[in-house]
Amino acid sequence: MSQGRSPILELNQITKAFGGVEALRGVDFALHAGEIHGLVGENGAGKSTLMKIIAGVHPEFSGRFMLDGKETRFRSTRDAHAAGIGMVHQELSVAPDLTVAENVFLGNQPTNRLGFVQWRRMAREAGEQLSRFGIDVDPMTRLGDLPIGLQQLIEIARVLFSGARIIILDEPTSALSPPEVERLFATLQKLRDEGTSIVFISHFIEDILRVSDVVTVFRNGRKIAETASADTTKGALIEAMIGRGGEALEHSYTDDLMLPQSGTGPAVLKVDQLSLRRSLQDVSFEARAGEVLGIYGFMGCGQLELSRILFGKLRPDGGTLAVDGTARTFRSTAAARRAGVALVPESRRAMLFHQEPVYKNISISVLERISAVLLKPVRERAIAQRQVEQLQIRPPVVGLDLGMLSGGNQQKVALAKWLTYPPRLLVLCEPTRGMDVGAKNDVINIVRDLRAKGLAIIVLSTEPETVLSLADRILVLKRGAWCANSLARRSARIGC
Amino acid sequence: MASSDSATAPADHKRPRGLASFLRSQMRNIAPFLTLIFLSAFFAIASPSFATIDNVGNILTQVSVTGIIAVGLTFVILCAEIDLSIASIANVTGIAVAYFTLQESYVNIANVPMPGIVAILLALALCALLGLVNALGLTMIGIPSFIMTLAMMQIAAGVSALLVRGQIAYKVPDLITTLGSGSIGGIPWIVIVAAVMLLGGHLMLTYTRFGRYVYMVGGNREAAEFAGLNVKLILGSVMVISAVCSGIGGMLGVAHFGSAQQNEFDTYLLDSIAAVVVGGTSLFGGRGGIGNTIVGLFVLGVLNNGLDHVNIDSFLKILIRGLILLAALIINVYAQRLREQAAD
Repeated sequence: MSQGRSPILELNQITKAFGGVEALRGVDFALHAGEIHGLVGENGAGKSTLMKIIAGVHPEFSGRFMLDGKETRFRSTRDAHAAGIGMVHQELSVAPDLTVAENVFLGNQPTNRLGFVQWRRMAREAGEQLSRFGIDVDPMTRLGDLPIGLQQLIEIARVLFSGARIIILDEPTSALSPPEVERLFATLQKLRDEGTSIVFISHFIEDILRVSDVVTVFRNGRKIAETASADTTKGALIEAMIGRGGEALEHSYTDDLMLPQSGTGPAVLKVDQLSLRRSLQDVSFEARAGEVLGIYGFMGCGQLELSRILFGKLRPDGGTLAVDGTARTFRSTAAARRAGVALVPESRRAMLFHQEPVYKNISISVLERISAVLLKPVRERAIAQRQVEQLQIRPPVVGLDLGMLSGGNQQKVALAKWLTYPPRLLVLCEPTRGMDVGAKNDVINIVRDLRAKGLAIIVLSTEPETVLSLADRILVLKRGAWCANSLARRSARIGC
Repeated sequence: MASSDSATAPADHKRPRGLASFLRSQMRNIAPFLTLIFLSAFFAIASPSFATIDNVGNILTQVSVTGIIAVGLTFVILCAEIDLSIASIANVTGIAVAYFTLQESYVNIANVPMPGIVAILLALALCALLGLVNALGLTMIGIPSFIMTLAMMQIAAGVSALLVRGQIAYKVPDLITTLGSGSIGGIPWIVIVAAVMLLGGHLMLTYTRFGRYVYMVGGNREAAEFAGLNVKLILGSVMVISAVCSGIGGMLGVAHFGSAQQNEFDTYLLDSIAAVVVGGTSLFGGRGGIGNTIVGLFVLGVLNNGLDHVNIDSFLKILIRGLILLAALIINVYAQRLREQAAD
């Protein structure tokens, strides 16, 4: 929309490497005032890296960085902040023990002349800002007591109302419910009309097309295309992102894909009248061998708690749980693992060792099987290498520190650790959150293979798309109880 | 240096990163080593009596008790926990082994003489039990290790006080006397015990499944739990290992000093923590190892010993030690940051 004018931010020939792996190769990028700029690309394509350079997270890179026509270098996120650049990162970064108001004003609380925080003013202003954004919470509640989706909204609100003139949102909608997404988009458009520049990264291509003025496509660290959103289509973008026929892939994760009939195998997991204070009320279900059971619900519906109970991290207040016909009370996650239950949690931070090499991340769950006392490094690496090849983890170097892999590849590593000795029951929380089309497709294929091997699989997600594309049978959880049991498998919409 | 991945790194890590980046990531291993070389060179130049074979033997003997205690503490700090009860447990174990040994008639302690081996086993059982209490407090009740072991520090000191009641015991079982103050072929047994325990600790951390779990729990406790590790069992184990190492150090220490009495080991708390941290084991867990602890032991040993060789106000020594510890802490925290940057 403002193509004629000179951009407020202009990057030329940006190159950035992590430990020899090039994340960006000579990328040009320009952002104009009053524009919403969408970024799409597969995991590891370089979107987040470029945005982190703009936000001062990565101060070291080569290339030219022009802000307001002047060459600039940020040495830290502080510098970027001072220059009016705000970023909402993919992973939630809030202070759960502080109040909502403190989180909104994190770093610049209103103070009086003596330097004391003006609590009343802070609470009032935080409340006003949040209600402008359609969030109705008491600003003095502890943030950690709120559902994750709300926490993410508050983090977004903090950046949106910080007065930044360039706002970067990295995958902001992944934990939001549809009405929350609507409110976010309305606010973005309003800010845009007031002259703010916004960069919007998302794997939801429909969202990108709807909200952005310009779309840039990344692939393998290069900028592939930049077009006005009005001039392109979902299929064209997907094709540009993955560099091969997008049709088939698009097809594979939208509604009308046919899966084989749901399994009639024996029940691997039987859950009866499971209750957890405030989170779950008398939940009963079965998961059968050779079947993917999808459990769908909004943030805070009790899904997370359910998955934690299945894996022995939380103890239910009531109800029983049986694996392969044996009643179990897991006293630890180790007990659950030995009983044949595996869990991949929703947060990468919680499931991986970023400072350790890939092979140790993969072998961690099989060590007990391959070594009594002494480690067997050769065997460990061989196991890891096989998984890396099977799951096409990039780069395929098992000795590389995990932190150097892109998010999607890290997700595959998290899954890989359970696959050498497949469990009886695999619980996946948000298995495709924040993933691009190609990686999603890979995960779908992995899950299908595992189902064919006779595993019982439970997929818990807040994204209807994920549950629809993976599950044979879907249960909907609402405020800790089932709301519509066994919905038609291919219904286009799920909900209550 | 001792962390298992750098031990195997050159063979198969294809790391095409620059030298500067590599040095940065290895900062925690390099800095203590440079400190050691610098201190040694400084004292060698400053004092002719420092760099002699005899004095090297002195240094080795002087760091032995700290070394034995530091083995267990390395496990604890690798798990991002702390054990403040090490010196007290060393003390009470040393006193206990004397308490179960027949003392000379002039020693006014109501002790319970036992055969030597029984006395040793009872003392070991005592320190293991105290470690188990630490472990249960930490894992079952959920008391932070800092506070739990602070309480244990008092409890162990209290047991010590009740056993000796202000008196001093001198006799310990013959085996302990030999290991604590004897020598073989000119090498003090206590140095050999310390070396064996450090080696054992290193092998355990580097080549066993348990050692791997210690690093993983220290690196990311939540991820370890989600990988199905029994995190509580591992944390509990390191607390017991720490207490038992302290107990062994305490028994040999008592033999080494020639007496068992209250508050005998007070300086060993700070020294052991300093040795582990100065050596470069991360206070945030998951990084470092026994190799680091050995370097840290020598840095402290050279410093303590060297300051005696140069003409320096003995009161200033305390301040200097404090400043060196502060410098090491700064490097420790800074090294973590550099490593994260290098990995980024």
